[in-house]
Amino acid sequence: MSKVTQITAKAVPVRGDDIDTDRIIPARYLKEITFSKMGDYPFYDERFDEEGGQKDHPFNKPEHQGAGVLLANSNFGCGSSREHAPQSLVRWGIKAVVAESYAEIFAGNCIMLGTPAVVASSDDVAALQDLAANKPEVEFTVDLEAMEVRAGDLTVKVSMPETRRKALLEGTWDSTALLLANRDKVRDTAKKLPYMGWAVV
Amino acid sequence: MAKNTLYNKVWDAHAVATLPTGQTQLFVGLHMVHEVTSPQAFDMLRERGLKVAYPERTFATMDHIVPTKSQARPFVDPQAELMMQAIERNTAEFGVNFFNFETGKQGVVHIIGPELGLTQPGMTIACGDSHTSTHGAFGTLAFGIGTSQVRDVLATQCLAMDPMKVRRIEVNGKLGPGVTPKDVILYIINRLGVKGGIGFAYEYAGDVFDDMSMEGRMTVCNMSIEGGARAGYVNPDQKTFNYLKGREYSPKGADWDKAVQAWSQLASGPDAEYDEIVRYDAGDIQPMVTWGINPGQSVGIHQPLPAPDSFEDSGDRQSAELAYQHMKLQPGVRPDELKIDVAFIGSCTNGRIEDLRAAAQVVKQGIEQGKRVAQGVMAFVVPGSMQVRKQAMEEGLDRIFLQAGFEWRGAGCSMCLAMNPDQLKGDQISASSSNRNFIGRQGSPSGRTLLMSPEMVAAAAMTGRVTDVRKFSAA
Ligand code: SF4
Repeated sequence: MSKVTQITAKAVPVRGDDIDTDRIIPARYLKEITFSKMGDYPFYDERFDEEGGQKDHPFNKPEHQGAGVLLANSNFGCGSSREHAPQSLVRWGIKAVVAESYAEIFAGNCIMLGTPAVVASSDDVAALQDLAANKPEVEFTVDLEAMEVRAGDLTVKVSMPETRRKALLEGTWDSTALLLANRDKVRDTAKKLPYMGWAVV
Repeated sequence: MAKNTLYNKVWDAHAVATLPTGQTQLFVGLHMVHEVTSPQAFDMLRERGLKVAYPERTFATMDHIVPTKSQARPFVDPQAELMMQAIERNTAEFGVNFFNFETGKQGVVHIIGPELGLTQPGMTIACGDSHTSTHGAFGTLAFGIGTSQVRDVLATQCLAMDPMKVRRIEVNGKLGPGVTPKDVILYIINRLGVKGGIGFAYEYAGDVFDDMSMEGRMTVCNMSIEGGARAGYVNPDQKTFNYLKGREYSPKGADWDKAVQAWSQLASGPDAEYDEIVRYDAGDIQPMVTWGINPGQSVGIHQPLPAPDSFEDSGDRQSAELAYQHMKLQPGVRPDELKIDVAFIGSCTNGRIEDLRAAAQVVKQGIEQGKRVAQGVMAFVVPGSMQVRKQAMEEGLDRIFLQAGFEWRGAGCSMCLAMNPDQLKGDQISASSSNRNFIGRQGSPSGRTLLMSPEMVAAAAMTGRVTDVRKFSAA
């Protein structure tokens, strides 16, 4: 599995607190049984009107096409556990997210896709968002070794849980293999759980 | 760090190993699966040539996409039909238990777990659905996961997890008449905020939760996630054990006594330590109504809607402004001035038998006053499961709803998230007993949702506007 150490790409700011997963991907797109087309749908109802005409949204702006770093505010990705949300962002082209804070399940889902979701202070996020809005051509680097984001003249400190950082740096973010390796220990733990042996009939 | 809480006991008992990343490998005692977040996970197993590690601990049903008007196959919506076929194929191929219509046990995943006795104290429970927190009502550690994690649980019965903090939320005193578990949790979320719970499991304690029924506890734990807490729980007690006794998957015979013995050891002890403790007074809680676009934006039924300036935090202020814009409402308006177009009673928050009984009671009072569903209002009841539906019909609740002009539907998630034909149209406004008022949640990008208790939804249906259920019943 690939190691994720740093990501360099243009950035797209999506402002506002509490942007929930229903806004990131409306439930009707959850009817598809694969993730393959999710990249067509991020923020769908905020980007398109009922006739399919484009609305004013950062993901629609020509200058942000090809952006790989998403800049968001607090409690980003709250609501549903749907992995369709990060899947839609990642398949659209997002490779890293910088925000003031995340809903737990959303942040965990990002890691499962090898996508860093790092936290910066609210002032720093605002400065990064302004920079990306005013100079969309600037490349942002999300550096997981130095734990900073660099863009233009700005360098800001970022954080993320050390366990997740390690998983990305060491390329062990796809946890299935790690979990499978402990099969015997799983069996031992299961054996000690009282409910494993109870009769139900 | 919390110590000696139920959370700690359950976590420690299920910790398999420390992973090289420093995360804990946590064993999952019960894995619930539904049709929407699982097909991709089963595909991932196929791609990797993996099997389901513990099929006997894996239980699937279908709830999100099922139509509630006619459940005849094939479904009218071809995407829904495809999704059904996928879960049928996946559960058959991987040997997973599947509660479909034919079993008579289909329903919303968080309703059927407890109903069948699958949900038991001291378990870790995971499901690809954020409202898995519901199962915490039984003293479990239960939380939602994404689809790649569903793959992990299917393949290994384990998750790679970081520990949580624990916040004890005590509500003491007695709830006033007409104040329900839904109001309690809406009040808590209003006070702690929708992000207040990030990183925490919530332990609900104090008189109010001691006195609350199991179903009420489920309503409260269900909405932990709306407060940002991935898990929420109530310490198990005699009421918990009584609820489980005799259910299909509850332990039987000598094992029942062993189970009660084990379950009795789980509650957070007097020596428990918490990361935080907050306390509220039951007497301060009124019937609640949301007015905005997140479940924290709520008021007591007699409070005017707040001005955006009244929020200290600039993010909350902006959220309030966006909420007023979307909801087409004005600060200062009183909840009982809000007219509704649709009334929805159902969901894993409030689609259980007690909810239907309580709502039917209100409807019956309305009928006695000569009322029926207000003109122009579309009102419908969606039981949380086939068993809830059956029980309600045995009690004649369906006839009360039908007599008043409600529609009586088949079990499913329905207009909680509108993945089926039950959807708001245009900017219709609904009174809803579900859990989320997010923009677009009920199927129309401009649709509007007012969350409240099922009793309050019933009253709103009969008057055409948000109504204080206490006054309605007294009239
Ligand atoms: S009823 Fe609503 S919240 Fe509950 S599982 Fe279904 S969609 Fe999710």
